[in-house]
Amino acid sequence: MASTRLTLSGLTVRFDGVTVLHGIDLSIGKGEALGLVGESGSGKSVTWLAALGLLPGKARVSGSARLDDLELVGARPAALDKVRGGRVAMIFQDPTSALNPVLKVGTQIGEALSLHRGLSGRAIKAEAKRLFDLVGIPDAERRLSAYPHEFSGGQNQRVMIAMALAGAPDILVADEPTTALDVTIQAQILDLLNTVRREMGMALVLISHDLGVIAETCDRVAVMYAGRIVEEAPAAELFAAPRHPYAQGLLNSLPPLGGARRKLVSIPGVVPDPRALPKGCAFAPRCTQAAEICREVVPALRNAATDRRVACVFEPVVPAPAPDRELELA
Amino acid sequence: MSTVLLRATDLSRTYGSRRGLFGAVTKVRAVNRVSFSIAAGETLGIVGESGSGKSTMGRMALGLEAPDEGQVRFAGEPMPASGSPAWRAQRARMQMIYQDPLGALDRRLPVIVQVQEPLDIHRIGDQAQRLRLAQEMLARVGLSSEQMTRYPHELSGGQRQRVVLARALMTRPDFLVCDEPVSALDVSIQAQVVNLLVDLQAEFGLAMLFISHDLRVVRQVSNRVAVMYLGDFVEEGDADDLFAAPLHPYTRALVSAAPVTKRSSGQARIVLTGEPPNPADRPGGCSFHPRCPLAIARCKQEAPVLRSVEQGFGRRVACHLVEPSSMPNSKAA
Repeated sequence: MASTRLTLSGLTVRFDGVTVLHGIDLSIGKGEALGLVGESGSGKSVTWLAALGLLPGKARVSGSARLDDLELVGARPAALDKVRGGRVAMIFQDPTSALNPVLKVGTQIGEALSLHRGLSGRAIKAEAKRLFDLVGIPDAERRLSAYPHEFSGGQNQRVMIAMALAGAPDILVADEPTTALDVTIQAQILDLLNTVRREMGMALVLISHDLGVIAETCDRVAVMYAGRIVEEAPAAELFAAPRHPYAQGLLNSLPPLGGARRKLVSIPGVVPDPRALPKGCAFAPRCTQAAEICREVVPALRNAATDRRVACVFEPVVPAPAPDRELELA
Repeated sequence: MSTVLLRATDLSRTYGSRRGLFGAVTKVRAVNRVSFSIAAGETLGIVGESGSGKSTMGRMALGLEAPDEGQVRFAGEPMPASGSPAWRAQRARMQMIYQDPLGALDRRLPVIVQVQEPLDIHRIGDQAQRLRLAQEMLARVGLSSEQMTRYPHELSGGQRQRVVLARALMTRPDFLVCDEPVSALDVSIQAQVVNLLVDLQAEFGLAMLFISHDLRVVRQVSNRVAVMYLGDFVEEGDADDLFAAPLHPYTRALVSAAPVTKRSSGQARIVLTGEPPNPADRPGGCSFHPRCPLAIARCKQEAPVLRSVEQGFGRRVACHLVEPSSMPNSKAA
């Protein structure tokens, strides 16, 4: 992470006095693919909506979200308008409802191109066609004058990606981009996201409840539970050996596709209501390893290894990595 | 597991669909001459993408929808016409679970009343017995006595699906159709409900038709699995065996496309090109041929029939390229 693009620190969100996001510290580097995984209500979407100022007025956002030198929390609407769709673009789960049904898709992409790139006239048409080719919509020229209902769900998601790419963003935030799609189409869209990320040197934030989707797309993963990050690690390491009991539980809950069939090890209980979070660790009531101390103190997200952070009192603390010393120890 | 409980023979269902307000009505063949049987206590999983006809099949298996052609026989008898008294009586023996439990429950009634209702309708037991049986069943699916008196909106998604399950089991059915029963639930809750479903199935000796787009969940609960594509069964076989060594090119693509947390180097992902299939515009020949990476000329002209193959436990495949007797190496893909 030579050049960090976006850094969240202590990002907190309250709705009507209820805290739903409890101080998120997270950063994403240039061209990196970061995954956010967690169940509904864990705060994975709210994190990015808050960072981009997209939450409704009653939300109270505090903490910081810095894009290079620009502070996004509390920024003027005009400044945010330049960032959103420009330097940071976002796509959502349901592409068909994110598109305007009464406008041709070409017109909608044109809007983004004139807004963020200052293009006009023929240049818009040429660039829109290039983007359609890039995202793999065949017969681009003709399809630009089609309406969203004439496309399938997968194609509409391609249109959304083309539109997101129109502003040549540094970061693309994809919130459950393939959840509404069939598995064979999902594979196409994930491939496409990977390709455009590589070609455009863009960072990708992938929000998903699907562990497999995250594992196949991301370099680094943050697992969220009840408005906090409970574990953050390189994807390969997290899926090979999750450390936080919740991350372990999530992986165990996934029925295997091969090998012997076993009874699933499910996590007992339900996700807590943010209005009535338990004292101490929010996961303690569902945790099989919980002890007395877990019901007293909220565990901080601490370094558990190089590149790895875990929020569990049972996790041995590893001092921040000091490269020189490590060599000596080895 | 030897006695056949439900046998479907050559089931077909065609809908009329209008393109635009004044457009001509086009025929949409949702299910195309599908045959299968389910033994008592056995689970047949149906996987397929949207528009493959799996939900239509589930409704026909229950008699909620009459097939245009073909026949469903339940316990040896032909399915009575939907809405007839005989059909209503048979409903006690077969039940359905949908994806959205909130839509399946009455928002204005406490859940205990709703779980008791099947007994009221089928006039089983007296009032006190009905209440006791409902309480026992709700306790069995894991609800506390305090939760039983709540309204659906006061329960979580997983708890609601437990209520729906309890209600379905009240009449002690022999056969359950589950249409995407855990798709709306979070992973950790999904695992709870899947475990419960598997336990209840064994406990009550239920036969199930389990419909889902999620291969993992289907494999977890099913004895046998059928893969649907544009209204056809393209492959059917033992659940573990089918996912370990899929033979039909579509099944291979489907299994390889399922996202996994650890991908070993041998299993490359097959990404199908082309658009998802449109049932209103079925291609001629094999309906999968426009997306099939292995299609040959014959596939465009002649629709393959589902036939038994040597390998596996009662595997049936509909593909010209899969020989009925000798097998191409299934790992080659």
